[in-house]
Parts: sequence; C-alpha cells; structure tokens
Amino acid sequence: MKIKEIIDLLDGEVIAGEHDLEIEISSAYSADLLSDVLALTEGDTLLITGTVTLQVIRVAEILGITAIIFIRGKQPSDDVMEVARKRLNIPMIVTKKTMFETSGILYKNGIRPCKNRPASEV
Amino acid sequence: MELLMDFKIKGGDFLNAGESSGMIKEYLKKLGLPPTFIRRVLVAAYEGELNVVAHAYSGTIAFYMDESKVKVVVTDRGPGIPDIDKAMEEGYSTASPEVREMGFGAGMGLPNMKRNSDEMEIASEIDNGTEVTMTFYIEKG
Repeated sequence: MKIKEIIDLLDGEVIAGEHDLEIEISSAYSADLLSDVLALTEGDTLLITGTVTLQVIRVAEILGITAIIFIRGKQPSDDVMEVARKRLNIPMIVTKKTMFETSGILYKNGIRPCKNRPASEV
Repeated sequence: MELLMDFKIKGGDFLNAGESSGMIKEYLKKLGLPPTFIRRVLVAAYEGELNVVAHAYSGTIAFYMDESKVKVVVTDRGPGIPDIDKAMEEGYSTASPEVREMGFGAGMGLPNMKRNSDEMEIASEIDNGTEVTMTFYIEKG
C-alpha cells in the first residue's frame, strides 16, 4: 500500500517527507518502547509510535525505518523536527487515532507485522 | 586490524547518543556493504553507545575493520556490571527511571548486541568500568 493511501485511511497529516508519499509499505511495528523497536524490527518497516523524542529519530535513522506514524495527535517539537528533516528525510505522519485503532486499520487493509521474533527469542 | 574511528561518549548525554553510530553508518554505506550487515553493526553499536550514556560516566567507541570483519569496542569508566549473566538476561535492567522514560532501559541492550554480532566478549570490573568487544564477519552479497 502506498503511504498516501495510509494517510487517507488514518485521516493523517503529513509533517515531513511530503515528496515521498508514493513509497510502498507492506509491514509495520507498533511500540512506544524504543528498546523494543531496536530489538524487534527487521528490514523495511513502518513505525507506529507515541514516542516523540529526539531518540525516536535516531532509532529510525539507525534502523532505516521507511516512515513514521505518530498516534493520538502527538507531534514532535520543532527542535526534533529540524533534526528529523536534516537526518531522516522520510515521511512522518500524525494521526488523531490511537495506536490500537491505527494498527487495526492498517492490518485490515493488508499491512502485516514486520518480520520479527518473539521477545523471548531475542 | 586497523583502527578507523574512535569516538568519545559522555555519560548522561542522550542528546548526542547515536552520533558515533551515525558516522559508522556513513562510512559503511560508502563501502557499499550489504544493508543487512550495516544494520547489524549499527544496532549493536548504538545499543553500546546507549549503555555508556545510560550507565557510565564516560566512554569510547572504537571501530576497527579489515577485509573480512568489523570490530566495535565499547569501553567505559563506570560502575561495572556486578553480574554479567544476569545483565545478559532479557528484561533485566538497572536503568534509572529517567532512562526508562525516554523509552530505553528495557533490559534488551546486551542481548540485542549479542544477537546482532557474531562474537561478543564482556570484561567488567566493579567501580572501574566495562569493555564490550563485538566482531561482525562481513557477509558476501
């Protein structure tokens, strides 16, 4: 599914990466805990999170996250967005929906969990 | 093995945690190594950096490389790890509430470093510091 279709499904607002809305998304991972994101995502994946700190930008950069959806209307500060635009340059979207709703809507429309392993097997 | 980069890390400096790993990323990307390999090195190096920032007073991260492998050595001056086996357990953490508020300190760092590296050695001395050496064999592809 194209990221612009995801934006429509979530009534999302694009806050960065407007030029890249044609990219295809097939898998996603939802978490606030960055330790989990670092240990459990694999390959190209969309990150759904309520964490809006600078660290989420670093983690996305390290992991090569394809795009980020911030849930519950949460929005990173201007300082964080400045770093994000400079270093990440990927689509970032804000939705008013909760993490559960966001994940459910995307799952229903064909997005699947990123290839990962249960935490017990890390 | 040639020492290619050497970075200083300050304890508590979450603002800059990830800078060193970012430099390593740029270097490895220029060499055109497989993205899966680069990702393994970066995740492990970043977790190492975070450990120093979260637990130690100061530290360094050294990046070595030859034709067949990459070596990342994370050294810190800090409290040391009293029980390494325990620290390697998934979910065990001594991180402060501040660290947890930032979304880290879930006790996944060392296990994640081990999983992403091919070899990992930990040497630690109480009230002195810790040294983690990770080796990554370059995948052909």
